[in-house]
Amino acid sequence: MEQLLDGFATALTPTHLLMAAIGVLLGTAIGVLPGIGPAMAVALLLPVTYGMEPTGAFIMFAGIYYGGMFGGSTTSILLNTPGESAAVVTAFEGNPMARQGRGAQALAAAAIGHFTGGIIGTILIVLLAPFVAKHAVDIGAPDLFAIMVLAFIAVTSVLGASRIRGVASLLIGLTIGLVGLDEMTGQQRLTFGSLHLADGIDVIIVAVALFAVGEALWVAAHLRRKPFVPIPVGRPWLAKADLKRTWKPWLRGPVIGFPFGAIPAGGAEIPTFLSYVTEKRLSKHKDEFGKGAIEGVAGPESTASASAAGTLVTMLTLGLPTTATAAVMLAAFQTYGIQPGPLLFQRESGLVWALIASLFIGLTLLLVLNLPLAPLWAKLLRIPRPYLYAGILFFASVGAYAVNADIFDLLLMFVIGLLGFGMRRYGLPVLPAIIGVILGPAAEQQMRRSLQLSDGSLTGLVNSPMAIVVYVVILLIVFFPLIKKFLPKPTPPAAPVEEREKVDA
Amino acid sequence: MTTETEAGPKNWLRERSELGICALLVVLGVLVLTDALRIPTDFAQRGPVGPKAVPILVGSLLLVVAVLLARDVLRGGRGEAEGGEDVDLTEPADWRTVLLLCGAFLANAALIGVVGFPISGAILFWGAAYALGSRAYVRDPLIAAGLSILTFVVFNNLLGVPLPGGPLMEVF
Repeated sequence: MEQLLDGFATALTPTHLLMAAIGVLLGTAIGVLPGIGPAMAVALLLPVTYGMEPTGAFIMFAGIYYGGMFGGSTTSILLNTPGESAAVVTAFEGNPMARQGRGAQALAAAAIGHFTGGIIGTILIVLLAPFVAKHAVDIGAPDLFAIMVLAFIAVTSVLGASRIRGVASLLIGLTIGLVGLDEMTGQQRLTFGSLHLADGIDVIIVAVALFAVGEALWVAAHLRRKPFVPIPVGRPWLAKADLKRTWKPWLRGPVIGFPFGAIPAGGAEIPTFLSYVTEKRLSKHKDEFGKGAIEGVAGPESTASASAAGTLVTMLTLGLPTTATAAVMLAAFQTYGIQPGPLLFQRESGLVWALIASLFIGLTLLLVLNLPLAPLWAKLLRIPRPYLYAGILFFASVGAYAVNADIFDLLLMFVIGLLGFGMRRYGLPVLPAIIGVILGPAAEQQMRRSLQLSDGSLTGLVNSPMAIVVYVVILLIVFFPLIKKFLPKPTPPAAPVEEREKVDA
Repeated sequence: MTTETEAGPKNWLRERSELGICALLVVLGVLVLTDALRIPTDFAQRGPVGPKAVPILVGSLLLVVAVLLARDVLRGGRGEAEGGEDVDLTEPADWRTVLLLCGAFLANAALIGVVGFPISGAILFWGAAYALGSRAYVRDPLIAAGLSILTFVVFNNLLGVPLPGGPLMEVF
């Protein structure tokens, strides 16, 4: 508690407050732009913080993170085209509402839902994270390796339509992660004698290349000549009748969202959908669902926001990213030489608590700034597409070049960007590749450390109860399709699964 | 009939162009394996597992997945192309736009060291906007130049992230 107050003291200084405000505004502005999800927003805005000290940089990031998440829902409601998977469900009810002229109410329900979910989620971070971190310190190398394998398996199996394509993407990521000097022996791997490659490929370059460059090239190949026309909207507000219908969904959201965010199950996609189904079942206005029921906006938005908070618990305490955005955040930590994980709360206690305090501040700023600014954000949706994608390439280049001031990085980004293009064309999900790049080297280290302790015997990987439990879970996930065959067929749920577009980044 | 048989193999390949991804995975796998086998293990090894083990595992898995993916494609499985707000999958791919965009990107990489970021960045933005169909010959370059110079000043002077100014900035 005391640490949290110290965190607030750090975060509430005028400079840091200004940074949080800039972060929130930038994050929302970039997140609202069509085609840019929170992961790409964070990746594109990384270079802004290269010259800053870590605390200020992460306070700004907290703002960008929540701002980017929030921006996505505006696109969903006003354009019916979610910029990110977390906002897919919001479009189900939010867009019909906007078409009926209730866009202002939909935006308000989303904004307040986002705030409520985020605040409850962040309170849960405060309560849970130190506890998890304390116990995670005792977790040994075999357990960490098992958890990382679980992350690999979950990210390839839970998401996407095709497992084999998920695995292919993961392996591509692992291969990129292999490039450079072996951390334990200093041997060169896949460097082909190049000095540029000896340091390894910067995760930021890979993230920007796959998310931004790959996306820009992919969109360019199939650019819609007549972009969707956004629905104009006024200032968000809620009438009493609406408030009566929304406060319960807002409070239910975190219950579903937070736990799902914390486990590696693909972030907000599944929990927002669950929240939608729950709200539909519990609502007194079932007939309105599909035609613009406000509960269907309030619940999923609160869920998405709380799941973003849950993601942070796993990322900060275990160093395990469960979503693409968290993966980019982890990469940001690494550029500052800070390794999230069990020891983070001991080593960088000041920074972590300032970050958590700034989550509260960021959420509050988000609500205060975004309600009046909503009509302005809606205008951003009209940006001419050539400028939008030219801008994405432009800032991707700035970011890649600024990492090391090296032209080689631009070329590397181009090649990986082409790879990202190919992956989008053939339905290889991008997230497993990013997770592979980030967690691959760490997993290898933990595995080798475990085997070192056991003198090379493979039993060294399964010599703790926790590792065994995790491996059982992994086996269940892997063989789930087989198990499903023996289970009685469930009746298909009457949920609207129609036109659930697959969106990443 | 004859035209059909002529188009046959070509069409067959086009239908299954995803095999290219399999080929890419095979190339990657072979690359990783040959590189791993070249690593000397006699010295500097700590512990029973050396720097070779993981690359050999990853390389072998790449080959296995390449085969499995090829099997999936030959059995009629297709990767689902990614949709999006500005993506229209009903139209065939517009390769001219993609190539022009690549050109703009590479022009920036080639020029940034020579003429500095303010100029190369402007070329990138204008080139990319042109490639994507913007034809405002006055407004586009003005926006490109403005954005590029503003970005340079903000990053270089305000945020402390150095970018090459090039000859243009030396004048000031």
